[in-house]
Amino acid sequence: MRAIHRKLWRDLWHMRGQALAIVLLVACATMTFVGAVSTRRSLQVSRGHYYDRNRLADAWASLRRAPEDVAEEVLRIPGVAEVETRVVAEVQLSVTGFPDPVVGRLVSLPAGGGQPGMNRLHLRSGRLPEPGRAREVVAGEAFVKAHRLRPGDRVGAVIHGRRQDLTIVGVALSPEYVFQARTGAVMPDDKRFGVFWMPRDGLAAAADMDGAFDDITLRLSRGASEPAVIAAVDRVLAPYGGTGAYGRDRHMPTRYLSDEIKQLRGTAIVVPSIFLGVAAFLLNVLVGRVVATQREQVGVLKAFGWGNGAIGLHYAWMVLVMVLAGTALGIAGGVWLGRAMTAQYTIFYRLPVFEHELETWVPAVAAALSVAAGLLGVAGALARAVRLPPAEAMRPAAPASFHATPMERLGIGRLLSPAGRMVVRNLGRRPVRSLLSSLGIAFAVAILVTGMFFGDAMDAFIDVQFRLSDRSDASVAFTAPLPADAALELRRQDGVLRVEPYRAVGVRMSAGPRAAHTALLGLDPGGELRRVADGLEGPAAIPDAGVMLSRRLAQNLSVGVGDRVTVEVLEGRRPVREVTVSALADELLGTSAYTSLPALARLLDEPGSISGAFLAVDPTAEEGLWRRLREMPKVAAIGQAKAELEAFRTMSAEFLLFFASVLVVLASVIAGGVVYNAARITFAERSRELATLRVVGLTRAEVSSVLLGELAVLVALAIPMGWLIGYGLATLTAGSVESDLYRIPVVVSRASYAWSALVVVAAAVAVALLVRRRVDRLDLVSVLKTRE
Amino acid sequence: MLAGRGLTRTYRMGEVEVAALRGVDIDLRDGEMVVLLGPSGSGKSTLLNLLGGLDRPTEGTLEYRGTRLLFDDDASLTRYRRDCVGFVFQFYNLIPSLTARENVAIVTEIARDPLPPEDALGLVGLGGRMDHFPSQLSGGEQQRVAIARAVAKRPDLLLCDEPTGALDVSTGKVVLEVLDRVNRELGTTTAIITHNAAIGGLADRVMTMHDGSIARVAENARRMGPDEVTW
Repeated sequence: MRAIHRKLWRDLWHMRGQALAIVLLVACATMTFVGAVSTRRSLQVSRGHYYDRNRLADAWASLRRAPEDVAEEVLRIPGVAEVETRVVAEVQLSVTGFPDPVVGRLVSLPAGGGQPGMNRLHLRSGRLPEPGRAREVVAGEAFVKAHRLRPGDRVGAVIHGRRQDLTIVGVALSPEYVFQARTGAVMPDDKRFGVFWMPRDGLAAAADMDGAFDDITLRLSRGASEPAVIAAVDRVLAPYGGTGAYGRDRHMPTRYLSDEIKQLRGTAIVVPSIFLGVAAFLLNVLVGRVVATQREQVGVLKAFGWGNGAIGLHYAWMVLVMVLAGTALGIAGGVWLGRAMTAQYTIFYRLPVFEHELETWVPAVAAALSVAAGLLGVAGALARAVRLPPAEAMRPAAPASFHATPMERLGIGRLLSPAGRMVVRNLGRRPVRSLLSSLGIAFAVAILVTGMFFGDAMDAFIDVQFRLSDRSDASVAFTAPLPADAALELRRQDGVLRVEPYRAVGVRMSAGPRAAHTALLGLDPGGELRRVADGLEGPAAIPDAGVMLSRRLAQNLSVGVGDRVTVEVLEGRRPVREVTVSALADELLGTSAYTSLPALARLLDEPGSISGAFLAVDPTAEEGLWRRLREMPKVAAIGQAKAELEAFRTMSAEFLLFFASVLVVLASVIAGGVVYNAARITFAERSRELATLRVVGLTRAEVSSVLLGELAVLVALAIPMGWLIGYGLATLTAGSVESDLYRIPVVVSRASYAWSALVVVAAAVAVALLVRRRVDRLDLVSVLKTRE
Repeated sequence: MLAGRGLTRTYRMGEVEVAALRGVDIDLRDGEMVVLLGPSGSGKSTLLNLLGGLDRPTEGTLEYRGTRLLFDDDASLTRYRRDCVGFVFQFYNLIPSLTARENVAIVTEIARDPLPPEDALGLVGLGGRMDHFPSQLSGGEQQRVAIARAVAKRPDLLLCDEPTGALDVSTGKVVLEVLDRVNRELGTTTAIITHNAAIGGLADRVMTMHDGSIARVAENARRMGPDEVTW
């Protein structure tokens, strides 16, 4: 090995602690980049394979009922390549040992047996129903796992008022249901909702759909215009109670998965950038310091004929060794993280096969980015080494100049002890470095805040949803609109404390060229069980006349209060009305429209009809009530939104915990790295000074307080900055995932702020204690003898 | 061999210009030993830095074996230092992270026709301590490593800046013996700057500097041996 290389390795070994901090930061950057990019890629690939192999539909439409030959008409629409009709029914299920209401979605399989033409099932175990066996079903894996069922087990179903026992013969996944939630529910609850596939003849007979269908799936030909096809399908299906066709972008499960993939791109950019930025800064400080202490060595090398390029290269290699070591470590970590994240997502989105793919460009780009960030960080120091004239390098550097800081000039300095003044002046002498150190630690705080924000947002979401909006214990949906006295029937049930009826209709709302499909909900203006949340504060008043739109819907339609919208009702006599927008509500969920029950009755010209009701229930009488409701033929579904969301919270807790743990490790690396680096640099720059203080009689504790005081100030400044940055990142994240489906409230709890500060302070204290040991071991005599 | 004409060097120190060297003419002849005497601030080090290509003159020229040194061309200065000049500094300036052998090797690795580092260290009497780090060597030993490093590349010109300045008398004498030996055995032109007049006895010529100029040049009829020098 050449002597210059030996020097390189020994110098690196000498600063191994700081070098390790940088290696770890670069490793974290590479790891998160490789992890997020490979997870995103893996999800895209397995989603692509899944959708292709199982032939996911391009568009869906639901309707009330149409004879089978209407399908021919749909197939004739230009751009439609394939059409498949189905019967889909949401029914009440009873599962042995689980008293709560369970909603099942029954989806028909082709009458002749075998797989459907699109949305084909991925069988996990068992088989498809045999032709002619009307009560055999394939059950969705999520439901089967939640209830620990297996092929051969039975579930009870009430279809069109008739109770039937369905036998599970197979367990399957479907590309159509990567995310399974019942109609009207926000989050999946695998115990209270399940998808089942059963033979068409059996389901049609039970649901009174012989020779007819109520659901249709389409595949489009290459190059077809989806909006044009959807408009044409809507025209064909309108007479049959069509509620509006939609493509993959409005198909909720498909949309959730694609939103997740989109979000991973943000993660792949933001998180590694933070780490690389901090690493570049630490490299800048460290290499700057190395060049400063080695100026005489640089001088000697130059005196003996080492060229500028060779000197620059020598220090560049010092950086490259750290960066490349970090990159190598990070790539290994990134492969691990990518596999772990992909595995989590594969389970969460019920993808059939775990596929992890790392494209070759990813590690290469990760390495290139790290090297670029590293060299950028030290460009100044390298230039200084290269520019240093040899004769000047041989002279010691001029002593640093100190001034009284502005704060001291104001007289506050007098309040400080001499040690305090040393702290303030030393920080003030290098304001940029101090600020950047603080900023680095702030990013550690910010990463934690952003990480914990997801849990907080979910809590806030649940709180808004249930404290302000849906305060019912259950909601009952009827199979078809019923007269108002159906509510009285419910009220008479044992255990029902309060009943608030509602009327819901599917509508197409338009204003000028803009249109949207949504639900128009008629509520009791004086109701307490179902209100409309406006922001995080209070409920909005339900208007007596006109409609109240969710802010998102108003944005999509580009209308405001006082504007007129056209409401086209998609059921019954399908009236079309002009309505005034009388209010807006800042809702977290969906793009709904609201009005009062009487106003909706006038609009529909159907006085007194209701679609269902919200109930307040006596918990002690629940079980019997559920049983009786299940047996009512007109009750299509019983939802327990509160229970469902809590179930989702539990389900996602593991998911969130995984990410939170990763984030805590990452943040500790940043905070520890920055604090360690700041401590070591300060110590190295000032060991003579600190030793002098010891010599003149200060105790170890007093001397340490000068060093640790600086770190404490840096951390103290960092925490509020980090909170602010974290809140900003949370706002950005929330904005990036906002969609028509939901909006994440930007809420960070006090506990999250406290935890983020605590983790960072703990990491800083641990590292500071490590450095304090050096102060304790300071060799007074030798330090004073050495020439700086 | 080396001819400086009108060498001037001024520094800006804040508001004022300080002339460290005022139009010095100097010639160094092949194989001779020259001692530059003078108090601190007389311009010795500045002159040495110019002769070695470490610094550039404000005015004046320097010719090495008939070729003018191009002070504006960094690459040619680097080549000059690499191929022709060896330095010995008052504070040794060894690389602390390298052993004695490696400190020599770092120079021989870029030289055209070097001595093996082991031979160079043998020449200064440190054959037995080649694998010691600077922190494990005494001041005199460190200076001898520095001399070995300077001579290992067989320079035409050896420039020594207060080589005994940081050493006690007996150690200083050992270092002078090594310099004397290198000059006699390898025929390396050697220039030593010092404020110690006694060292002048070792030289073929003694130049005395005062206030940025060479005030006097004296030729010694006979060079003393290092053992004869006392201070």
